Parts: sequence; C-alpha cells; structure tokens
Amino acid sequence: MALILLRHRDIKNIHRFDVYTENGGYEGLKKALKEFSPSEVTNIVRKSNIRGRGGAGFPAGVKWGFIPKEDGPKYVVVNADESEAGTFKDRELIEFNPHQVIEGALICAYAIGAQACFIYFRGEFMHAARTFESALNDAYANNALGTNIFGFDFSCNFYSHYGAGAYICGEESALLESLEGKLGQPRIRPPFPAQEGLYAKPTVVNNVETLSNVPPVIVNGAEWYLGIGTEKSSGPKIVCLSGHVNNPGNFEVPMGTTYRELIFGDQYGNGVPNGKKFKALLPSGGSAPIVTESALDAPLSFEGMEEHESLLGSASLIVMDESVDMVWAAMKLIHFFHHESCGKCTPCREGTYWLERIYQRILSGNGSESDVKLLESVAKQMQGETLCALGEFATSPVLSTIKHFPEEYYDKVSKPARSGS
Amino acid sequence: MLIDDYPAEIEAIFAKYPDKRSAVLPAMYLAQDSYGYMSEEAIKDVAALLDLEPTQVLSLAGFYTLFYEEPVGKYVLEICNDLPCALCGADDLVEAACNKLGIEEGGTTDDGMFTVKTVMCLAACDKAPMLQVNLRYEENLDEVKLDALIERLRKDDADGVAPYYGVEAFKESLKRK
Repeated sequence: MALILLRHRDIKNIHRFDVYTENGGYEGLKKALKEFSPSEVTNIVRKSNIRGRGGAGFPAGVKWGFIPKEDGPKYVVVNADESEAGTFKDRELIEFNPHQVIEGALICAYAIGAQACFIYFRGEFMHAARTFESALNDAYANNALGTNIFGFDFSCNFYSHYGAGAYICGEESALLESLEGKLGQPRIRPPFPAQEGLYAKPTVVNNVETLSNVPPVIVNGAEWYLGIGTEKSSGPKIVCLSGHVNNPGNFEVPMGTTYRELIFGDQYGNGVPNGKKFKALLPSGGSAPIVTESALDAPLSFEGMEEHESLLGSASLIVMDESVDMVWAAMKLIHFFHHESCGKCTPCREGTYWLERIYQRILSGNGSESDVKLLESVAKQMQGETLCALGEFATSPVLSTIKHFPEEYYDKVSKPARSGS
Repeated sequence: MLIDDYPAEIEAIFAKYPDKRSAVLPAMYLAQDSYGYMSEEAIKDVAALLDLEPTQVLSLAGFYTLFYEEPVGKYVLEICNDLPCALCGADDLVEAACNKLGIEEGGTTDDGMFTVKTVMCLAACDKAPMLQVNLRYEENLDEVKLDALIERLRKDDADGVAPYYGVEAFKESLKRK
C-alpha cells in the first residue's frame, strides 16, 4: 500500500511547497473550498470515522461538529506536544511532511469557521521544527495561508507556539492553559474546548497525525478511508516501535495489522535482538496496561486490545525481552508520571509520589510483602478520582505488572533487606 | 533589558497573540538567552514586560523543565533515560557522560562548558540512547560517539561557533511577518 501519512519516505523533498503541490498537495483544501460547505466537510470527516491519533481515539468529525455555528472567533489548535514515552511519530511528520499537517488544520479551520490555527510544539522540538517553520513561510508566500487563500473567500493565519517541557501539556485543556501563558494544568470540564477553549472561544484541538489524515480523506472520500483498516477502526496508523526490537522506527500500517506481525515481521520490527525471548509489550507507551505474548495476535485497532485489558492509545509499542525486570520497568514509568504530574489534583500528586517511594523501597531491597499490596491499594484509590487521564495512566504499569508478573515483586520483597541501603 | 536586546522579536511575539499573557513563555525563552538562566533579574524583566507579578513568572519557571533556575553550562546535555532509552543503555550513557566530564548528574563543569541532566522522553526512542544538546538531537549514541560529540562541541566553542541551537531556531521563526 502506498504511504498516506509518511509520504516523505516515497517522495523526496515533499517538505517543500512546490514538491508537495506537484504531488497532489493542497488539493484537499482546494476541493473543500470549491465543492463543499463547511458542514459538508465536517460530515465527510465524521463519516470517514477518523479517530484521534494522539491516544484518546475520539472521532475527529464529532469533535468538529460540537463547535457552535454562530460567527465569532474560533480556533484550531494542533497538538504537537508529543511526549508519551515511546512516541515519536508526530516528530517525523513535523520534520518531513509538514504541509500535510498545515493542510489538515486549514481544512478543519474552514469546517468550523476558525480564522486562526496555532500549533503547540513541545519546547524540545524547537530545533527539530525548523522545517515546519519554513513550510509556514512557504505556505504564506504561496497564498496557502493568509488572506483569501488560493483566491477563495477563506482567510486563515497560522501561528507556532513552543511549550517548555511538560508532558501534561499534551492533555488538551492543559495545552490551552499553557498556550494562554499559564501553568499547564488541566481545566475542570465542562465546559469543553468546543464551547470554551483558547481564550474562552470555541476551539478544536487535534493531534498532528489526526490532521494529517484529513487531506487525503477530502480528496478520496470517506468510503475510500473506510476501506482501509477494520470495521470499527478505519484508516492507516503510524506505529512507533522501540525497545528490544531489531528494527525500531515508525511504521505506517493499515489498522488491523497484528501486534505479532509488527514486532516479528521482517518489514517491521524483525524480532527481538540477540536471540532473546519476547517477554512483554507496552502497547501505548507508559499509559496503557502491559500485555504478554498471549495478546500479540490481537489486531492493532481501537477494539483489538480490549479483551487483553489494554488499549491502542498512540500505538507506541515498547517491546521488552526476557532480561527485563518488570519491577524496574514499572518504576521507570512511575518515575515519569510522578515527575510529570502537574500537582493540581491530590490523588495524582500524592498517589504518584507514594507509588515512586514504594518502588524505591522495593528495588533497594527494603520492601516487604505488604508493600506489594500497598502499591495496589494506592493505585486503585487513584483510579477514577483524578482530574485528567495522567493519574489514571500512572496506575496502569503498577497494576498490570503486578497482575502478569507477581513473582517478580514477591521475589524482591521476600529476600532479606540489604544493609546500608 | 529584554526590550532593548530583542525589540523586533518582542514586537513579533506580542503581535502573534490576542492576549498578551500568551507571550510569557516566548519572552522567557528570550530572557533565558539573555541572562543565561532564569535569574531573579530575568524573572523581573519578563514580569515587567508582561505586566505580571514576578512570582507568577517564577512559578512558570519552576513548572516547565526547559527553564533553568540555576546557571548552566554553555552546552546543556539533556540525556533521556526514560524506559525506551533505558532498555537500550541510557543509564550507562548518563554515567559515562558524568564520568567523562567529572560531574554529578545535574551538575556543571568548572569551566562552565557542560551541564548534564537526565530528562523524560524526547520522542527519539527508535534512535536510543540519545540526548539533546541545547535542544539539538544527537541520536544512536554510545560511549565512543559521546566522546566524539563532547570533543566536537569543545572544538566548536574554540572556533567561536554559537552553541544556542534551539533558541536560535526560535528567534529565526519570529522573523515571519
């Protein structure tokens, strides 16, 4: 199948405006402006069932449809705060295929009646986003941005903004707070961004990969998109493969490809290195429960991991071989969530703090059997009680590693305490 | 003062946002470039420019990891040791960097050249282990490549190459009309 999102791998220099347009670039936007009303565009996107690629999986067309029809300032915000451990797909799109992101955002702006788009990059992308910045310059120079775009009665500006190092700003309401110059802490919802988003105006926040799907859908139609993938999960998905695989990287595949194929197939991960055995997979970075070998025949899709009590999420597959200590791996993830907890709500702020403390105790050889129960108890008390998903995510590595690998915990706590630690 | 150092950049930042407060992170990046870190003076300068209380700017400096509350070296080596990188030897790389430079993690060399920090995932897990130096990516590292990088940076410095990769790109982006 020809690549749809990672087209830069097939077409050299597609980051350049001229090369992008020579290869069908901005045809989606032109078609939308010429042939469809804004609400027709939203309907096509809804019908195609593009679901959010940032992890949450919310249908993009439904999100766009929540925007009130009345005139007035509205915004499109592109979420480029890619920070989930194991996720590096949006960075590739930004660096190598930027116009497809810009075009997707503009189609969204037309559909919802926005006059401005912002892209919120994580601050660490400041140097990597140079290609994107020059793509914006070229888009302005070629009337793909600005006043009366391509001669149509549609005007839109596009601004880049840089965060400054905070995972939580990938959560859409925290992102908006950060873009407004405040601490990046999630808002209490409702109101949702569709009603009161950026500067309290109706706002759509979409992930980079999600918006990259939009131009080809407008060009080829919803039916074409529905023909890719599974019944409930349409379209292509970029999978980020990292950890213990021979061939790590981003792979664009139709939804429905199995996890086993992705990890072991020669055109994808090509198996576990050094003759070691596969042990466990994190299917969505640190934020979804860990799974074992028995889950690998599941199809990559929003529904595929359900029976294995895990999630598609951002499809950031972190593969671990038999040498990995699962308590250590869980500790690494808990350290991440504790570090990134914004501090606004008590269950997450205190919960992640105590979870990390207990992990340190167990890994230093000073844990007791009751500590394993304590980890479970703290994690379960956090579930359903936090303001945003971060606190919920933090419980996943704890509960899922205890469930699948209890002996690794109990082996550590049954040993006599080491002296001096 | 920031307004004297970066008049055009500040004008560009203010023009970008419907609400002045949104300019605070961009202004902080410029301040950190001017003052070297988010010193008390830098905080006050940003606060005056944005009509904020210094404590409001200070809380932002504390919240976001890319603002340094202590002086740092010319080259800030931010090594990811999150799980995917750690599976590929990142913890050894951190140790090697600290040993080579004779500092503890978080510390700065006596000559003010290098700071080593460990950071959370930098979206380069397929090229682990890796680091950013002043926000520029250095990927697929091992101890030999790390040594070569440090030597290259020392040579760049001796040759007068400005080491401010990320913030230079940011300032460049402000030139768009």
